[in-house]
Amino acid sequence: MNPSDIEKLSNLARLHVDQATLEETAKSITDVINLVDQLQAADTDGVAPMAHPLDAVQRLRADEITEGNQREKFQAIAPATEDGLYLVPKVID
Amino acid sequence: MHNLTIAEISKKLQDKEFSSTEITQYFLDRINNLDKTLNSFITINDEAALAQAAAADQKLAAGETGALLGVPIAHKDIFCTNGIRTSCGSKMLDNFVPPYDATVVENFANAGAVSLGKTNMDEFAMGSSNETSYYGPVKNPWDTNCVPGGSSGGSAACIAARLAPGATATDTGGSIRQPASLCGITGLKPTYGRVSRWGMIAFASSLDQGGTMTRTAEDSAIMLNAMASFDAKDSTCIDEPVPDYTATLANSIAGKTIGVPKEYFGEGLSSGTQQAVEAAIKQYESMGAKVKSISLPHTHLAVPAYYVIAPAECSANLSRFDGVRYGHRCADPKDLEDMYKRSRGEGFGNEVKRRILVGTYALSAGYYDAYYRKAMRVRRLIKQDFIDAFKEVDVIMGPTSPSPAFEFGAKSSDPVAMYLEDIYTIATNLAGLPGMSIPCGLADNKPVGLQLIGNVFSEAALLNFAHQYQLETNFHTLAPAMVNGEAN
Repeated sequence: MNPSDIEKLSNLARLHVDQATLEETAKSITDVINLVDQLQAADTDGVAPMAHPLDAVQRLRADEITEGNQREKFQAIAPATEDGLYLVPKVID
Repeated sequence: MHNLTIAEISKKLQDKEFSSTEITQYFLDRINNLDKTLNSFITINDEAALAQAAAADQKLAAGETGALLGVPIAHKDIFCTNGIRTSCGSKMLDNFVPPYDATVVENFANAGAVSLGKTNMDEFAMGSSNETSYYGPVKNPWDTNCVPGGSSGGSAACIAARLAPGATATDTGGSIRQPASLCGITGLKPTYGRVSRWGMIAFASSLDQGGTMTRTAEDSAIMLNAMASFDAKDSTCIDEPVPDYTATLANSIAGKTIGVPKEYFGEGLSSGTQQAVEAAIKQYESMGAKVKSISLPHTHLAVPAYYVIAPAECSANLSRFDGVRYGHRCADPKDLEDMYKRSRGEGFGNEVKRRILVGTYALSAGYYDAYYRKAMRVRRLIKQDFIDAFKEVDVIMGPTSPSPAFEFGAKSSDPVAMYLEDIYTIATNLAGLPGMSIPCGLADNKPVGLQLIGNVFSEAALLNFAHQYQLETNFHTLAPAMVNGEAN
């Protein structure tokens, strides 16, 4: 990992990383990657990946509305609202 | 009064020796006096707690009963609380006041428990020392130069210092058991899916599990009775009946088999920890349990697998914090991408950023198979080790943490050294199994924890093993000097 790899990753993650800490971040992430590289020595041929520790599958429910309208309650904690809508800063011309 | 357990407080409330308002005010005063030193709370609920206590007093006066009715507890600041700031230890959520309660919080409120406040924690539950909180580190009541462990260090420290008799906590890679061990208290991480994750801010969704921190196993059983539930709102919650966890505490453990994995006693284990854990296992033998040496051959791969899976899930879960919907937003963004990147860059601390970047790397094109899929396969090997072991033993025991509490800064500049703090706890999360840590001695005048690992949904058995040990020993009653210096 070098600073340019970190810049690429930070773009993918939409996460600003200070230029001043790029070297340090690259070093610590290299250390973590070296740690996880121990996995490569494990023989996992024929082993199915495990996503859920109890191998449970996603539970589905009927496609019905179960919650009432709570717009006022949710908008009470928003920084800015008008006519029932959220106001956000202009970020697209 | 602060030395009373939940069970004792409950009895005295029923016997009208004091009211919920009195005991709640007592703990609030204690928090306001002592927490300036420890920093174990982010938010104290003075007003709301006293209102809940008054409501509990009315119910008690009307003859209502309940093991938690009127009992004050604390909630880790990862659980959403209606109308009360829920920060998850992060600048990102410093201004977040949820308009709803997490199911766990609701369950305790339904049981009549009083919420004293929200406890400090590593940012987004990422850490093993409680040094990554935006609100500053928590100090270990046993030695304020030392960390309390993480990420539930606030919950652990407040119980060790007798600022609350019980607290909620969460465990993704050891975050209940490791701080419980370092602070000398009893911590229980239930089976994955036993406790609802709804309203619990997600770090790694296939690993996160809410649980309890108390001084005794009996109190842990009382809390789990209220906390565990099937929750239709959490699609990862398992629909299993909730037993009465207090009903089997008195069962004899004679004839039960304890498995001791040889991989948990290798390099890196401090001699003081090893001696205390071995003495505890001998104590169990003297109580009639059989001890069997076992092997969990893939143990050494648990930390590497975890540090692929947890960051991968964290990078996905934390993508919701984008400066748009809630949480921190940067000032004067020049365009949408700038808003995302700067809001996230300003809102997250270094450890969170590191894990997001590692997770992004592990999931990125070209590396997915080599890291993420590989780790998921290793996860199954680790789970299979436990399945094989539990064919022969009732419970597995070993150390919780490789050494007692370490000093601030000792590991914070080396993430790998910090990650190895959870070397004995992580495998349990990968396999979804329940685990406990109970105090089993002191080394260098600091607590040592014994870890108990059970098969899926064997929380009652773990609590039974822990309670029987606590009937025979007094390690769970030891208190740091700052507690003994206080008047009862």
